[in-house]
Amino acid sequence: MPLSDDQGVAVKVLDQELSGLDALAAQVGSARSTPARVWSAIWPKVAAIVLGLSIWQAIVWSGWKPEYALPPPGPVFRALWQGLLDGSILNGASLTLRRAVVGYSIALVVGIVIGLAVARVKVLRIAFGSLITGIQTMPSIAWFPLAILLFQLSESAILFVVVIGAAPAIANGMIAGADNVPPLLLRAGRMLDAKGFTLWRYVILPASLPTFVSGMKQGWAFAWRSLLAGELLVIIKGTPSLGVQLQVARDFADAPALLAVMIVILVVGILADAFVFGALERSVRRRFGLTDSAI
Amino acid sequence: MTLSESELAARPTESSRLGGTVRVRDVSKVFGQRGDTTVALNRISLDVPSGAFVALVGASGCGKSTLLNLIAGLEKPTLGDVTLNGRCALIFQEAALFPWMTVAQNVSLALKLRGVPRRERAGIVAELLETVHLQDFAGHQPHELSGGMRQRVAIARAFAQEAEVLLMDEPFGALDAMTRDLLHDELERLWLDRGFTCVFVTHNVREAVRLADRVEVLTSRPGTIAETFEVPFARPRRIEDPEVAALAGVITTRLRQEVRSHATE
Repeated sequence: MPLSDDQGVAVKVLDQELSGLDALAAQVGSARSTPARVWSAIWPKVAAIVLGLSIWQAIVWSGWKPEYALPPPGPVFRALWQGLLDGSILNGASLTLRRAVVGYSIALVVGIVIGLAVARVKVLRIAFGSLITGIQTMPSIAWFPLAILLFQLSESAILFVVVIGAAPAIANGMIAGADNVPPLLLRAGRMLDAKGFTLWRYVILPASLPTFVSGMKQGWAFAWRSLLAGELLVIIKGTPSLGVQLQVARDFADAPALLAVMIVILVVGILADAFVFGALERSVRRRFGLTDSAI
Repeated sequence: MTLSESELAARPTESSRLGGTVRVRDVSKVFGQRGDTTVALNRISLDVPSGAFVALVGASGCGKSTLLNLIAGLEKPTLGDVTLNGRCALIFQEAALFPWMTVAQNVSLALKLRGVPRRERAGIVAELLETVHLQDFAGHQPHELSGGMRQRVAIARAFAQEAEVLLMDEPFGALDAMTRDLLHDELERLWLDRGFTCVFVTHNVREAVRLADRVEVLTSRPGTIAETFEVPFARPRRIEDPEVAALAGVITTRLRQEVRSHATE
């Protein structure tokens, strides 16, 4: 149908009005520069570290414990520096991290498989739903006697407990994510003729991503804790893992070395949280428009 | 009772025109089980011919949304038959876009699930976004758009489904008046251009008269059709047209009378 001139003009006016309104309504990006953002993210952390070190130093000065038990920051950081120079800390950290990555990867696979099965199959949900949460609340250290019986004093025993510690949190993240998909999106998916597997593939799984990533993050925390407990309990000869170094430092009453290893464990935990899981969580939340900065 | 055959024939018919039909026969819908039941719809009948624009108005609780869900096949009627000829798309008050996808990906998914080959999708998506004037926002995430823009993406997605019947459930209810006016113009233009069939649920009588060929007034609890009003005015219309206002006044009076009848119950 050819448009008359009047209609042509009317459509053009509508075009302009719509695009004007759109331009007004669409969001304007944050105007803050990158250095300003980096600085505002960093200075509170630096201040917190300075505060922590000051409190530590103050406690030492107060004479609450003798310095061979609780050394001040100075000697601890010298021990840390020495450990870094002679490679022992890097060796230990890389060994421990390798175990963490292997154990966590297995936990991820196990958690996803169990989570998907329980979320999809009603019978499995009734049978295992509360059991999964139960296992999650069980202290992982309680699994070690069994793990040692099953696998002797080996890396397998440690990995077993890491997987048992992390998988339930990951599975729960998957289940909660699938349960909490907004009904509106499910209806929209069904209106697009997505059923069964297709509905899972294109609607339920992506919609559950934010909750699943929280589960992954929690799973990592459980894995890291279980791993360090394991390395302290299951001492394997010739493997200078962080846990073993901690145990050795205690055996030799080498307080600075002990605290230095503890700092390494803390830093690795913080870095993994911030740069792996925190970054993953932020990118997912930004994608979904769930962050404050997106408003 | 609706547009006569000759009127329908007089409207432009092009090969691209899509218009499904809806036929609702003696449909009842009861929610709940034993003892504790609510009759949402009571023996309701409705015919929507190809290319018609029908608005359903009614106070809350009249089962307007239930009726749309029945037509869309999301729910099954307790009694009676619903026949839908042609593909349908349902547009909700909140545009139900997938937040993890861009605007273009949302539209493209509808094509993909319909089996359109990958290499054809990008072109169709671009074309559809242009029809709703959103070509510049293809790469945006839904949360970066305004409510009115999101509804237009939802409409583009409905076109990607090749919907012959658009079922709209108070689609502009959450928008500001200015945006709503523009979207009325836009929807009317798209409807005139593309010739789809539209069933439009609203509680805004002015909006119903502004847009529809026919306005059905629904009673509440249980929902059934109280009266049908034809809207014979020329298009394009505007919401401030005096005849639109006058008919809206008549329908509102009828609606109030209906609401009053529940006062003594």
